[in-house]
Amino acid sequence: MSDTRRTFLLKGFSAGTTAWLAANWPTQVAAAEAAQAMGNFTFFTPAQAMEIDAMAAQIYPSDSTPGAKEAQVIYFIDLALVTFAQDKQEIYKKGFGELAAKTGNRPLGAMPVADQIALLTSIQTTPFFRTVRDHTIMGMFAAPQHGGNFQKAGWKQIGFDDSLNFRAPFGAYDKA
Amino acid sequence: MKKYSPSEEVDFVVIGSGAAGAVMAKQLAVAGFSVVVMEQGPWGAYGHEQDYSKDELSNRFPAPDDELISDPSKYRNTFRRNASEKAVAGNHSFGCVVGGGTVTYGASSWRHMPYEFDEASRYGTMKGTGIADWPISYKELEPYYVQAEWEIGISGPDLKTPLIAPMSKPYPCPPLPIKSSGALVQKAAEKLNLVVTPNVAAIITKPYNGRSACINCGMCSGYGCQVKARSSSAVSLLPIAVATGNCEIRAHSVVREISVSPAGRATGVIYLDKKNDNREVFQKAKCVVLSANGTETPRLLLMSKSGLFPQGLANSSGIVGKYLMTGNGGGASGLFSDPLNEYKGCVTGAAVLSYVPNDVKGRGWYGGGRMTARGQQSPIQYGLSGPRNAPSWGAGYKKALIEQANRRLTMVNFISQMPIETNMVDLDPDMKDAWGLPALRITTTSHENDMKGVRFFIEKSVEILKAAGATEVWADTPSDSRGGAHARGTCRIGNDPKTSVANKYHRAHDVPNLFIVDGSSLVTGGRNHPTMTISALAYRCAEHLVKAAKAGNVTI
Repeated sequence: MSDTRRTFLLKGFSAGTTAWLAANWPTQVAAAEAAQAMGNFTFFTPAQAMEIDAMAAQIYPSDSTPGAKEAQVIYFIDLALVTFAQDKQEIYKKGFGELAAKTGNRPLGAMPVADQIALLTSIQTTPFFRTVRDHTIMGMFAAPQHGGNFQKAGWKQIGFDDSLNFRAPFGAYDKA
Repeated sequence: MKKYSPSEEVDFVVIGSGAAGAVMAKQLAVAGFSVVVMEQGPWGAYGHEQDYSKDELSNRFPAPDDELISDPSKYRNTFRRNASEKAVAGNHSFGCVVGGGTVTYGASSWRHMPYEFDEASRYGTMKGTGIADWPISYKELEPYYVQAEWEIGISGPDLKTPLIAPMSKPYPCPPLPIKSSGALVQKAAEKLNLVVTPNVAAIITKPYNGRSACINCGMCSGYGCQVKARSSSAVSLLPIAVATGNCEIRAHSVVREISVSPAGRATGVIYLDKKNDNREVFQKAKCVVLSANGTETPRLLLMSKSGLFPQGLANSSGIVGKYLMTGNGGGASGLFSDPLNEYKGCVTGAAVLSYVPNDVKGRGWYGGGRMTARGQQSPIQYGLSGPRNAPSWGAGYKKALIEQANRRLTMVNFISQMPIETNMVDLDPDMKDAWGLPALRITTTSHENDMKGVRFFIEKSVEILKAAGATEVWADTPSDSRGGAHARGTCRIGNDPKTSVANKYHRAHDVPNLFIVDGSSLVTGGRNHPTMTISALAYRCAEHLVKAAKAGNVTI
């Protein structure tokens, strides 16, 4: 599957969205659930989603372990922008223009990886990049029901066990 | 829960439901008095604590009714280093929910040391500071520490050392696990000859008073406790107050004025009912207890100006809001070769006590501090703050993030800070909060003595981390505090009405039926672990107040 012709995976809300999202943004969450079940987005157009997905893939790349793509961070960001991060919509809208000016309207993901990294490095201090960076990382490490961290991919990488019920010893140094 | 009509004159209005307010409400209600508790924050999960979320994302972006800590974009405040500066928007915040800061705090519960009550007599005053003796001794307060520890539910070691205050009764629960952070610091302590102990915490480690033990879930400081193991006011004290049938808790109620009669007595409070279009309500009361915290208490007194009290209520001394101590820290971090998994369990692993006492000759500065070992980082927080010495995104970021995960230990230190008259809380002349009330303004610069203390503890932290075998160690940059949850000293108690706001029983010198008890009561700051002392002071104040009220001394 090439990056340019990549189709988004069908995404189910495996565990259901959190009560917190559903309680505070019921309409938005219902729309997002319906759209994502069809492999679509709520805030992004498909083209925009591909750009953000490409950015996220460089911010948290895939190598021997899953990256932002496999963790389905794009769905987290799409849901975030219509719920708790609604105040960041304008940064994205403006950011697409800034990005297009740099790419010459070519899809970011279609460029050689080294060029993508160079391009993103040139905008890394902008509010747009910084926001996408933070949202990508949140999407890696927030609970899966928020749309990203698919199959706890992010948590597994940093050794986070979400059991929320532990007995000492906890680590390597407090063993008797 | 009992409901009172605002027009009904209740015996007591208690402003604030945290470490002090809940003690007052409970003791007064149990004694048979009618009590209304005003809390400006929401209910949280009061009475249904199992609903406290451990979801890091929703904790980071809470809906208004789920906020547990004040949001500085609504509870606006400003900050400046000194009076010649124009204050800028600040980030000061405090626990703001039924139960106050105790709902989300790290729960360290150290007593003050005996020598922290008479520092002026014992060590002398210091130029440029307001060091003064407390009007009470440690010995006088000791029984109330015991009462607080046993009623609230504290866990800690049974330890006999001059490095902790002498205790007439041990803690009711055994200590929490020391975690890997504590074990590493113990290892260092053996080399450096330091005294290290498990932390003393308001977190129960066995079933206690109908609540279950800590399950070490790890989403601790900053989160509500879903198993009620953290002994917050909301689970340990307020339910007892409410069960008497004498106490009403009124959440979402922003008190903007303590009202006074022409004779200069408090008559009740005016508050904004947030759930009713911020409608103003006057609650009549025979006596007012002010326990709103070290910054909100002086702010309310300064807002309660009247013809009789043109400088603000209970402020004939002019020192309401002054001698603010916000709390200094500073430490260092290190990486270790194997996982510590500090995300499990409560925030603090162990405490280093060796530098608690003063050693002016040896160290060249006055004061001391308690060092704590911790390394807790929740996943989003860790990802956003990022690994040490790595790019902020990309392959290098990811590699370092994974390599360093769960391997960090941070020494977080709680250091003494001198009370200084020019460090203060007052009303910002320009900014208003979200309810149109004058924003809190913080003015603070630590004494150079205290910055020496900060640098000392940073150096000691580095030494400990190296001795513990860290593969890499980095020190904090010394920085002076700007605000935060440990604010103290702004309505100090004392015998002289010219130099203190309230007497040794917390009765305001200027207003006979106004009692002020919380962090603002503290004369000197201790080692920046204020909560246990606040609770003990409240128990002592309540005992006096119950006696006085029964004798008709405050309810005439």
